[in-house]
Amino acid sequence: MFGMNKNDTTMLLLVAVLTMLAPFILNPFPTDSGLAQFNAGYPDLMQRFVIFGIFAIGFNILFGLTGYLSFGHAAFLGVGSYSAVWMFKLLSMNVIPAILLSVAMAGVFALVIGYISLRRSGIYFSILTLAFAQMSFNLAYSVLTPITNGETGLQLTLNDPRILGVSQTADGSIPVTSLFGMEMRSTYEMVVGPWAFQFNVGYYLSALVLLAVFYLSIRIFRSPFGLMLRAVKSNQQRMNYTGLNTRPYTLAAFVISGMYAGLAGGLLASMDPLAGAERMQWTASGEVVLMTILGGAGTLIGPVLGAGFIKYFENIFSKINESVLHSWFSALPDGLEDLLVTLVYPFVGKGWHMTLGILFVLVVVFLPGGLVEGGQRITTWLRSKKADGNKPTSTTEPAE
Amino acid sequence: MSNSKFTRRGMLKTGAVAGAGVALPTIFTASSVAAYTNEPTGGSVTLGFNVPQTGPYADEGADELRAYQLAVEHLNGEGDGGMLNTFSSKELQGNGIMGKKVEFVTGDTQTKSDAARASAKSMIEKDGAVMITGGSSSGVAIAVQGLCQEAGVIFMAGLTHSNDTTGKDKKANGFRHFFNGYMSAAALAPVLKNLYGTDRNAYHLTADYTWGWTQEESIAAATEAMGWNTVNKVRTPLASTDFSSYIAPVLNSGADVLVLNHYGGNMVNSLTNAVQFGLREKIVNGKQFEIVVPLYSRLMAKGAGANVKGIHGSTNWHWSLQDDASKAFVKSFGTKYGFPPSQAAHTVYCQTLLYADAATRAGTFNPCGIGEALEGFEFDGLGNGKTLYRAGDHQCFKDVLVVRGKENPTSEFDLLEVVEVTPAAQVTYPIDHPMFAGGALGTCNAG
Repeated sequence: MFGMNKNDTTMLLLVAVLTMLAPFILNPFPTDSGLAQFNAGYPDLMQRFVIFGIFAIGFNILFGLTGYLSFGHAAFLGVGSYSAVWMFKLLSMNVIPAILLSVAMAGVFALVIGYISLRRSGIYFSILTLAFAQMSFNLAYSVLTPITNGETGLQLTLNDPRILGVSQTADGSIPVTSLFGMEMRSTYEMVVGPWAFQFNVGYYLSALVLLAVFYLSIRIFRSPFGLMLRAVKSNQQRMNYTGLNTRPYTLAAFVISGMYAGLAGGLLASMDPLAGAERMQWTASGEVVLMTILGGAGTLIGPVLGAGFIKYFENIFSKINESVLHSWFSALPDGLEDLLVTLVYPFVGKGWHMTLGILFVLVVVFLPGGLVEGGQRITTWLRSKKADGNKPTSTTEPAE
Repeated sequence: MSNSKFTRRGMLKTGAVAGAGVALPTIFTASSVAAYTNEPTGGSVTLGFNVPQTGPYADEGADELRAYQLAVEHLNGEGDGGMLNTFSSKELQGNGIMGKKVEFVTGDTQTKSDAARASAKSMIEKDGAVMITGGSSSGVAIAVQGLCQEAGVIFMAGLTHSNDTTGKDKKANGFRHFFNGYMSAAALAPVLKNLYGTDRNAYHLTADYTWGWTQEESIAAATEAMGWNTVNKVRTPLASTDFSSYIAPVLNSGADVLVLNHYGGNMVNSLTNAVQFGLREKIVNGKQFEIVVPLYSRLMAKGAGANVKGIHGSTNWHWSLQDDASKAFVKSFGTKYGFPPSQAAHTVYCQTLLYADAATRAGTFNPCGIGEALEGFEFDGLGNGKTLYRAGDHQCFKDVLVVRGKENPTSEFDLLEVVEVTPAAQVTYPIDHPMFAGGALGTCNAG
């Protein structure tokens, strides 16, 4: 279907089903049960899942295919956000022009940064991109304050021009971002018994964009261009010796991946019209690297999983505070309760970084292929168990 | 020939499906019937406490969280009641808010606008918080205030000292109890004039964001009005931890006063650096070199240790105040945690009480009703004397304290002494003051 083989079609359909049914899947626990703490099905987090999924998919086109590890991708995300917010300030609150400008601006930035950085490979390339990203961050943070509003972040005000829209609505408030009248923030809440499921316009827009760019990424992975990029990863020198100039290919991959990041930035700003410089900081660039590696670099679905994993930790685990822990263990005797709370507390709340770090180490050590490899191992194990049932005497032969 | 057969079983099946279809609307009840965002329907009401637990203002955030928990206890009728007993409005009975038990959720702003908004959004969308409060950075407070305006919930600002919070970025759903940069300058200037004279050269080091900018502007304007000259204004990134490279140029600038527009961890580091460079022993232009920290807190004084001795600044409230309200608050906070509260803890405690009181007086949790109840509200008994929540910009007007780092502290908490209590009238400004112009409250949004 759509020029894809059967496996890829299945995967796209799987992603489509998962994203479309996310409000149900992510809200498995009744609203007033103790486990509701772990529900992730609220608009803001679902939007973050898919938007950072887009960011990671784009990063994976560069890192997974060519092996070039960019440490400055957050710069493009930031550029995208600022462009989008400026579009909301100057033109209108429609998200289409904002997203288009974010993608275009990020593309231009990626072209310039990529043109210079791609003269080197390996660690030098990583350092160059990191340097550019830090430069962009510092520019946004202080030097370009008139454009970026520095640390406070760029925000909409009541006296922005908004040529094609209105500066303020009839009741004197700032208009909200919309797609031809459909407000991004409008949410329909469906209450089924003790459950509440939220369907948000902004989320579904982001999810549709995710599906489109996921499809595009599949096509890139399977195209001759994608094959060329993989060749760059396996041995670039050899390609150069055969008389082939690889730079146009790597630059194209860099720009495409930068535009994905810009798209993610534009979407972030469309969901919540604010752009802060910290979006460009090196920690943000490192985060997308973590997402990709955690999920499985070079695989199609891995980065989306990784993005979801990290965002879940950031938003759900960080909110478990001491009193929540006490309520969990309240059935136990006092001394034991306090002991358990003391033991668990460093790993949740503000300690969520530590839990994530431990998991990251475990994944890298035991599952070098990321969560995707974990999934594969489980399926293989299940299959072999099934096969074992049929042929109990079969032994596993090494492949080589 | 028709294939349809009407059997008993078939009829029953169809009937069951149709029945389920008719019953659907009663199962799927859209919540759009609620009059405003997160209307509390059960026996409890949820408040969102959004404070920095990591980053340069983490100490302040931790203290704010303690005060919030204390306020919730007092509202629910636990503990000794604290300032509920001294508050001039007697609506709060210790039975929650209007009989609904107060519950809360917490979040980490990381002192970043983005993270703070994400955290506040999850409180509103997931936990059903009807009010968001907190923020130990004006950048964050302004970002979250904007979000609350859009989402239709009340924002009770915590520790935010920028003029912009109730100036050009003011919002109808946002309220601030804390004082601001202009008030600090108005209170400090006369004291500085008496101490250091009218012929001084000031050098500003400023945290590079909305709070730093507006405080620098306010202090520079107030000191220039009494004859001081501003030599230079240097902006430092909020995330800096080492200020030596910014201190060194001060030595050769010809300045004889250093104004540190820094707060929290920033101020602790910059003041320590300045003292290490021997600035306080220097004689410049025939005058003793002086350092001024316009916004002071006990937590900072604790962090900077002996370096704060004799350094002047202003503060919103201090635990050594001897009025009944302050004493009651210090007592219940001290009993629970074992040390006195900071000004950040005091302001967020007051904000929680003020919100609860306004909701009770308005008889609703609707942000518009609460807004009306707070606007123009005059109260007393919360530790700052007579206070007014001005209707035009949602800023509280009350006395400002000028404090000095104590030379001979008697305990590890006794670090600051109050030099002067500047009356509210002296720090009051018109709503259209140029430093606060350019914004509009807009109208209240109930979602």
